[in-house]
Amino acid sequence: MTMPNAPTAPVSFTRGEILQAAPPPASLVGPIGWMRANLFSSPLQALLTVVGAYIAYKLVWTFVDFTIIRAVWTGADRDACLDEKVGRSVGACWPFVWAKFGQFMYGFYPLDSRWRVDLTGIVAIVLLVPLLIPSVPHKALNAVLFFGAFPILAFNLLYGGSIINPWLVVLGWIAIVAGIGLLVAYLMGRADGSASDAILKYGAGALAVGVAAMVLVRSGMFAAPALPVVETRQWGGLLVTLVVATVGIVAALPIGVALALGRRSKMPIIRFLSVAIIELVRGVPLITVLFFATYMLPLFLERSPDAMVRVLVGVSVFSGAYMAETIRGGLQAIPKGQFEGAMALGLNYPRMMGLIVMPQALKLVIPGIVNAFIGLFKDTTLVSIVAIFDLLGGMRAGFTDPQWASPVTLYTGFAFAGIIYFAFCYFMSRYSIFVENRLNTGRRR
Amino acid sequence: MAIMTDGTVPARGTSATKVAFFNDPKVRSLIFQGLALALLVFVIYSAVSNAVTNLSNQRIAAGFGFLDQTAGFGISQTPIAWSESMSYGRAFVIGLLNTLLVAVVGIFFATILGFIVGVSRLSPNWVISKIAYWYVEIIRNLPLLFQILFWYLAVLAAMPTPRNSYSLFGLFFANQRGITVPKPIFEAGSGAIGIALIVGIIAAFAVRSWARKRQAATGQQFPVVSTMIGLIFGLPILAYLASGMPVSFDYAQQGRFNLAGGMTLIPEFVALTLALVAYTAAFIGEIVRAGIQAVSHGQTEAGRSLGLAEGRILNLIVIPQALRVIIPPLTSQYLNLAKNSSLAVGIGYPDMVSVGGTILNQTGQAIEIIAMWMGCYLTISIVTSIFMNWYNARIALVER
Repeated sequence: MTMPNAPTAPVSFTRGEILQAAPPPASLVGPIGWMRANLFSSPLQALLTVVGAYIAYKLVWTFVDFTIIRAVWTGADRDACLDEKVGRSVGACWPFVWAKFGQFMYGFYPLDSRWRVDLTGIVAIVLLVPLLIPSVPHKALNAVLFFGAFPILAFNLLYGGSIINPWLVVLGWIAIVAGIGLLVAYLMGRADGSASDAILKYGAGALAVGVAAMVLVRSGMFAAPALPVVETRQWGGLLVTLVVATVGIVAALPIGVALALGRRSKMPIIRFLSVAIIELVRGVPLITVLFFATYMLPLFLERSPDAMVRVLVGVSVFSGAYMAETIRGGLQAIPKGQFEGAMALGLNYPRMMGLIVMPQALKLVIPGIVNAFIGLFKDTTLVSIVAIFDLLGGMRAGFTDPQWASPVTLYTGFAFAGIIYFAFCYFMSRYSIFVENRLNTGRRR
Repeated sequence: MAIMTDGTVPARGTSATKVAFFNDPKVRSLIFQGLALALLVFVIYSAVSNAVTNLSNQRIAAGFGFLDQTAGFGISQTPIAWSESMSYGRAFVIGLLNTLLVAVVGIFFATILGFIVGVSRLSPNWVISKIAYWYVEIIRNLPLLFQILFWYLAVLAAMPTPRNSYSLFGLFFANQRGITVPKPIFEAGSGAIGIALIVGIIAAFAVRSWARKRQAATGQQFPVVSTMIGLIFGLPILAYLASGMPVSFDYAQQGRFNLAGGMTLIPEFVALTLALVAYTAAFIGEIVRAGIQAVSHGQTEAGRSLGLAEGRILNLIVIPQALRVIIPPLTSQYLNLAKNSSLAVGIGYPDMVSVGGTILNQTGQAIEIIAMWMGCYLTISIVTSIFMNWYNARIALVER
């Protein structure tokens, strides 16, 4: 049908382009929409939000108010922190912390030797930070320095005594063990005809070097360049916390590897011994292990070792048993093909484990190791029960000082120690998550 | 295979050089085990011989004879009768009971709080999930001993003096000396209530298993939950009324200087329990969260498409599957709590370690006391593991 007088304009209208989508209702987007979805989605949720926000506000405000707003920052003794002397309600008494700072950090370490502690800390940071950052090269050298050389240096600095002798002792023991190992290998080689004179020569040489080192130590020739000895009972504060935690975790690694391999071994006696040690230690609280090390170990030895050494032995065995289970988890995650591949290449057990299996397993359990370290760092507080003054013990000792006795001293001490513990543990747990995410990249889809 | 110079192939099983005896894996394993055994024997021998010398030097007689001697020290919380003239053995038993008490109470409340924390972390409510997140972060990153001391020295010490106790409904009081609650007094005939409770629990579970079987067979449902609640609570109440109301409560009265009557929980117990509950709940919360997240979202969606209500999806689909993931790590948290209760020694709550430490200092019997500690803790660990393994096996996925 046509209309003669129709205009030339098109009869129907068709849009050439798609209509712009209408904006969503204002109640669904932006801050209001977010709040409706996440805070006030139902009357119950609204109530929870309000109550929760109030409690959170109260807690955060109490903390900020106490530690910053009402806090006292300078002063010489308790008078600075008493309500009636200051004329207002007083918060944290920070001068108490400044005055006790040395005690919290070093314990009773002699004042003129505290630079040694600082230096140890700086060297530790310089060696540890590159080790923790994955992109920094020379990891092997770095690890040898941190796990091999640094402990001796730290012993030199923290304990004192001859500077050269500890190095000679360690070198001597390594040489003696290597020498005996090589000589045994030579004797075994003679039986199947693969012995070479080079092994004999190296073995004898190593043994000679080791014996010479021991003789030098005994002769007292290198007693001269020495730092004054600081007995461990003078150590304290954060220094002890860090020493116990670090020694514990470093010693736990070899103990853990040995026990984990022992538990997976095919030799019944070795396996039984490993399982017995692991389960016995994991079944009892750390404090009983510490009591064992402090009171029982001296009975079993001819000479009672230093109190700190006893605690370190207890902590190392304890964390070693837990580490063994962590490492066993890593070992179980290695596919059987890796073991079979190594065997097919003709590698013997130490090489198979050292070159193929352990590097993969240990890499897998780095987050577990960091978590173990966090646990150990927290557990070091227990040493204060066996009369070794760590950070927490130092804090408790500080409360009893009449010069600083005030109603807020206690809370200030808790705030300070709490912030330190939290800062350390929180940083380490973030690092553990970071490593975990990095390791997961290969598995992520 | 090597070809000999004369062109023949060597017979299978022979080789040019004979393998030395120590390269035989069997012999080698025997050698290593023999060495380990020899080392062990040497360590034990030297430890024992040193211990004998040291003990005789210190004039300490080895053995458990000291347990019969008079202890002569007071204990601040005694579940069973105690006086200073009783023996060391009984003191140790009281310590063990106190450890078990704090462990059981702690596990109960830590489980409840932990589940609340875990569910809160997954809450769609932003404020609630953030609070739960920071609760977990802060609690997990502070040492437990620090927290125990904080509750004991900072929180409970800030409580008012007994004169100005905080009071809830006039029934519960909190002050520096602990928390006072009404004390139940059982008179003659109250045994019937206990029997009724046990009968009620057994009957309730019998009804549940009967109802399940009937539902599986016929599809008919039965109001199980209300019946169970009725049996467990109703029967003891009936027995209470029938036997002439033999249980009364001794309420604490606010005196001029102190509270009189009631049952007081000592501050050490309160502080230790609060710290253990708060600490373990943070770990349990993470376990619960991981367990719930491990149930794939498809399960929830499938439940919805079947037309189930949200509550039933949670009860019938999500929780049973989440529990399988939750139970094994939950077991180790329970064990941790029991072991961590040993930190009681830090604030002087008379648990096994604290009482044992006192005995150790008085008698010097280090070997015996430490052996008793380890034996008790290992027993607790093994019993808990066996129970939780049994429970785990019950709820585990039954596959073909």
